[in-house]
Amino acid sequence: MMERPLTQYINPLSPPLTLKEYQKVGGYAGVVKALKEMTPGEVTNLVKASNLLGRGGAGFSTGMKWGMVPMENDSKPKYLICNADEMEPGTFKDRYLLEGNPHQLIAGIIVASYAIQAQKAYIFLRWAYKKAETELHKALSEAYQAGYLGKNILGTGYNLEIVVHTSAGRYICGEETALLNSLEGKRAIPRTKPPFAVTTGLFGRPSVVNNVETLSWISHIVEKGADWFKGLSLTETGGTKLFGVSGKVKNPGLWELPLGVTIREILEEHAGGMLEGYGFRGLLPGGASTDFLIEDHLDVKMDFHTVAEAGSRMGTGTMIILDNKTCPVAFLRNIERFFALESCGFCTPCREGLPWVEKILTAIESGKGRMEHLDILKFQTRYMGPGNTFCAHAPGAAEPLQSGLNYFHDDFVNHIKQQKCPWKS
Amino acid sequence: MLSEEEKTEILKEVKQYPYPSAACIDALKIVQEHRGWVSDEAVKDIAQFLHLSNEDVDGVATFYSRIYRKPVGRNIILICDGISCMIMGYETIYEYISKKLSIQFGQTTSDNRYTLLPVSCLGDCDHAPAMMINNDHFNKLTLDKVDEILEKYK
Repeated sequence: MMERPLTQYINPLSPPLTLKEYQKVGGYAGVVKALKEMTPGEVTNLVKASNLLGRGGAGFSTGMKWGMVPMENDSKPKYLICNADEMEPGTFKDRYLLEGNPHQLIAGIIVASYAIQAQKAYIFLRWAYKKAETELHKALSEAYQAGYLGKNILGTGYNLEIVVHTSAGRYICGEETALLNSLEGKRAIPRTKPPFAVTTGLFGRPSVVNNVETLSWISHIVEKGADWFKGLSLTETGGTKLFGVSGKVKNPGLWELPLGVTIREILEEHAGGMLEGYGFRGLLPGGASTDFLIEDHLDVKMDFHTVAEAGSRMGTGTMIILDNKTCPVAFLRNIERFFALESCGFCTPCREGLPWVEKILTAIESGKGRMEHLDILKFQTRYMGPGNTFCAHAPGAAEPLQSGLNYFHDDFVNHIKQQKCPWKS
Repeated sequence: MLSEEEKTEILKEVKQYPYPSAACIDALKIVQEHRGWVSDEAVKDIAQFLHLSNEDVDGVATFYSRIYRKPVGRNIILICDGISCMIMGYETIYEYISKKLSIQFGQTTSDNRYTLLPVSCLGDCDHAPAMMINNDHFNKLTLDKVDEILEKYK
């Protein structure tokens, strides 16, 4: 039986484990071990050795990030922030962990905070996740009562407070530095980097921002070790990963599988293949801001570097399937409209480029397209590309567009030639 | 003027941060919870209380999609228009609700019972199409189900 450390105690049909129930199955063992037997530096080195890569989408080494935090005494206060602002279209993995096992996340936050010697942690939670909010508050009060949070935790002299900040909307809050501005009560506009958050973050203090899935691993890794973690995956990147599929498949859902599993296995064995009467045309492997992959790529292994080699990004690992009865132009219009709406408006290529792209896609889909529109769209993918914008928002929006224009070129041309959407009768 | 209740709740949030202005978003949410939406008057009240300018608070209020700067109905219907919900047919759900209530996105029924708004991906893509009404979440929507759900919100 394959190990599923993150989800083995999650049953969406029943409430999450209480603190006592979670302790009975070994929960919080990593917290006890870290705080009582290890120095902060040893915890960071262990996480570094495990090769845990950030599960929020960027895939940066978690231990390396922690290692950049200054550890001198005068560097306090410091902050640990859990990014629970899941809002990438097509992504529903953090919701599952937040609702299903909040204690696993809290244990991870305690160990991570200890490693960087933060005495305050914030959970930046998506407003829409009401059930997660209720469960988190319940779990936090249990953890305070049991002495895992508050002053002098487990008699070790270490103090930590965890605060839940429920957001007020906007996708850009998921961007690390925009999130920090939002936590400071400001408009969520990304900051200039450098300086990076690890030295100059929340309230100008050293801060680490980690994703829910990343933090959910930490207590397990401390308890069972770096080699155990590495052994869970089929590639050199350690661990399992939550993979999801949505769209016209037989069994849409979420599964914890080893990193390195092929797209085909996820799609065919777990999601059950396409629904009767629907054909596969392509997929976005990790949310709306990742490049399309097509049939040729079904044997690509789901891991950060292997998906990158195939010309896309693993992103959040939750795939969106494009079927043959959904118009690819309409699909892209939906995505680009989202990015246009969610642009913070600070830098020009993003603020102006995205609505322009949306207008052109709407024109093409409604039968008013011209061939030169395709050149404008292509230009926009470069104009909004990396290096021209203040953050990764517009470059992310350009990814599905550039690959969509390439793989579905004939569909674009048909819209323009027929002056209508071929999917509409 | 902020009510005593609003002040107490805002002060509780202020304690979570090193300085009061950091609680600006929490304050906006608290006032909205009490008054239904955030009026110009409410912006001024919060600014004064947190030692910010009116423009600062308005800048924050207008940035976030879940802060309402216009009056809304008693119940807010949020239909997910994310990509997975589009593939699974949110447009049919929207058209049905829109016709049934005679309002479009951004509008409120004349009896003030419902406001209809689109919302970005609700993170329930494997059970699409999804929507929220107030704080309640609904998924795998069908037209029959929608009728039943809407009835519950008076």
